[in-house]
Amino acid sequence: MKHLPRRSVLAGAGCGALAAALLLSACGKKEEPAATAPAATAAAAPASAASGPLKVAFAYIGPVGDAGWTFAHDRARKAMEKELGTQVQTSIVEKVPEGADAERVFRDLAAQGNALVFGTSFGYMEPMLKAAADNPGVKFEHATGYKTAANLRTYDSRTYEGAYLAGIVAGGMTKTGKLGVVGSVPIPEVVRNIDSFTLGALSVNPNVTVKIVWVNEWYNPPKETEGAQSLIDGGADVLFQNTDSSAVLQTAEKNGRYGLGWDSDMSAYGPKAHLASAVIDWSPYYIKSVKDVLAGTWQTGRSWWGVKEGAIDLVAISDKVPAEVKAKVDQAKQGLKDGSFVIWKGPIANNKGEVVLPAGKTADDMFLGGIKFYVKGVEGHVPGAQ
Amino acid sequence: MTDSLPLLFAATLSAGTVLAIASLGLLINERAGVINLGAEGMMLVAAVAGFATAFHTGSDWLGFGAGALAGAAMAAAFGVLVIWLDTNQIATGLAASLFGGGFSAFVGIGYVQEHLRDRAQHAWPVLGDLPVLGPALFRQHPMVYLAMLLALGIWYFLYRSRAGLVLRAVGESPAAAHALGYRVRRIRLAAVIAGGALCGVAGAYLSVVYTPLWAEGMVAGRGWIALALTTFATWRPARVLLGAYLFGGVTMLQFHLQAAGVQVASQWLTMLPYLATIAVLALLSRNPAWIRANMPAALGKPFHPGD
Repeated sequence: MKHLPRRSVLAGAGCGALAAALLLSACGKKEEPAATAPAATAAAAPASAASGPLKVAFAYIGPVGDAGWTFAHDRARKAMEKELGTQVQTSIVEKVPEGADAERVFRDLAAQGNALVFGTSFGYMEPMLKAAADNPGVKFEHATGYKTAANLRTYDSRTYEGAYLAGIVAGGMTKTGKLGVVGSVPIPEVVRNIDSFTLGALSVNPNVTVKIVWVNEWYNPPKETEGAQSLIDGGADVLFQNTDSSAVLQTAEKNGRYGLGWDSDMSAYGPKAHLASAVIDWSPYYIKSVKDVLAGTWQTGRSWWGVKEGAIDLVAISDKVPAEVKAKVDQAKQGLKDGSFVIWKGPIANNKGEVVLPAGKTADDMFLGGIKFYVKGVEGHVPGAQ
Repeated sequence: MTDSLPLLFAATLSAGTVLAIASLGLLINERAGVINLGAEGMMLVAAVAGFATAFHTGSDWLGFGAGALAGAAMAAAFGVLVIWLDTNQIATGLAASLFGGGFSAFVGIGYVQEHLRDRAQHAWPVLGDLPVLGPALFRQHPMVYLAMLLALGIWYFLYRSRAGLVLRAVGESPAAAHALGYRVRRIRLAAVIAGGALCGVAGAYLSVVYTPLWAEGMVAGRGWIALALTTFATWRPARVLLGAYLFGGVTMLQFHLQAAGVQVASQWLTMLPYLATIAVLALLSRNPAWIRANMPAALGKPFHPGD
């Protein structure tokens, strides 16, 4: 692994690198990896890149050490690297700000001979679109976006499926019947997670109510602590969160309540409180994407992967969770895998009692992308809606 | 809602403690005439130092000590720069803040995934079991009570002790203090270091007790709020304490209102602590003469004994 920006040895040889990139994407699959060539030599001599491994770059929004979003992407990158061995050579750029700087980074990455470039934040959409248009030989993959081009496709994960599975556990474990969620920012994706969590809880315990506090930030551990504390003070005995730190779980631990992990396995942060963690695993997608390029079958499109594809899972379920609740989780997981079960299937009503999804109707991705209401069981209303 | 009032009160004390300790520290160095905008950076470096120490030793108190040392070290560097080398206080403070943010993130890389063991609720033996009063007052970390004692101690020091009088003289009229034979620059440095140490304790309290984890940028603006609080409280210890609890209280209140299902946009509630604190402290300090009387006259101005 190399950190690219400090090693732009190819700046003067941009043309050569670009040519190498084109050559690489055209015939890289036929080449045997040069296993003996040290990475430094390969970087210093662009000409040899053509006979080397497929160069894959990742642009991250945060530091790898954020223990959440970026951490999950980087773990998947390493898993992909392990799976494909010497066929790939990956590099990362951390903390790429959204906007004009991002475009420069993507152009740099293309110029440095990468055949496949991943961007892992929504705000990279326009910069990636521009960089892709000028580098037709390079494949771009954009996480969570919705605009595509001939050499730019999008990918995302169905985090709400993990939220639903976590909801089953929460609903099965609550004694007060009150669940609490620390929400990050009230956008459809997060509201969808809260609703799915509630649907999961209601599926095992029709009497639960869910309280929400919004901290209006993705990552602010002290604020998440404060939000969690107020939910506990209000009587919630199982907490869930859509924020990125382990603060909510730790607050539950401190107060002798239950909590759940989000994005990664957080069991170590609250051994007594932790019930289960809903995790995202990007590695199946990264492996598939690189294999597509290696095989020359890469095509533009959109992917939204969930439990079925192995991108979403509920892991580290605590021994405290009774067997029948675990069985419910397994049942839902199995149903999602074989397609026999759909979370968002009518009848579903919002918390004002209006039917939003009629009986028998299954929500399409368009519907799921625009959820701006709380389902029955959640208290209050979505900030900013109506 | 009535059941949760004692809990809200308890959460308020807890939330206000970080701000109270940091603001009281800044009050000391501002009373000596030095404004240190590096508070945020000092708190961050102290937070990572405190967390790392508590993590390795298993002792919260050693963590606070390490935080105090880290804050003091950064403040000492800042003090030497602005007091002897005459760099601009505002610019140097901003630089210290930015440096602290980056440096703490760099040092803290290895601690991001870590957590401290055995986090438990603190409770006073008998008093903690009292109805209403117990949950409201007597189930706090000792640092919460120490912060109150600190305010009292600083008040006594500033207004009832000779050393405090000298410190204030240095902040009001360094030339006069110098003429009386006091070593203005050394006193200022000592005040800056004391302020840094307290900011450090506040940062360590945040990462060791309040939110027991290390996360990049976790102080999240509290250093800046502490700076503002010191000014709005017109450099008076009791008002600093009041402002800190007020801010903590409204912060917690808005979460409690959300949890109670009050139909107000959460974005609006997020603004509330800032608005309420500014409004109350501005009202308290609405008399301009009072502000003039309390503001250290030489705040932010360098002093050269030779001039």
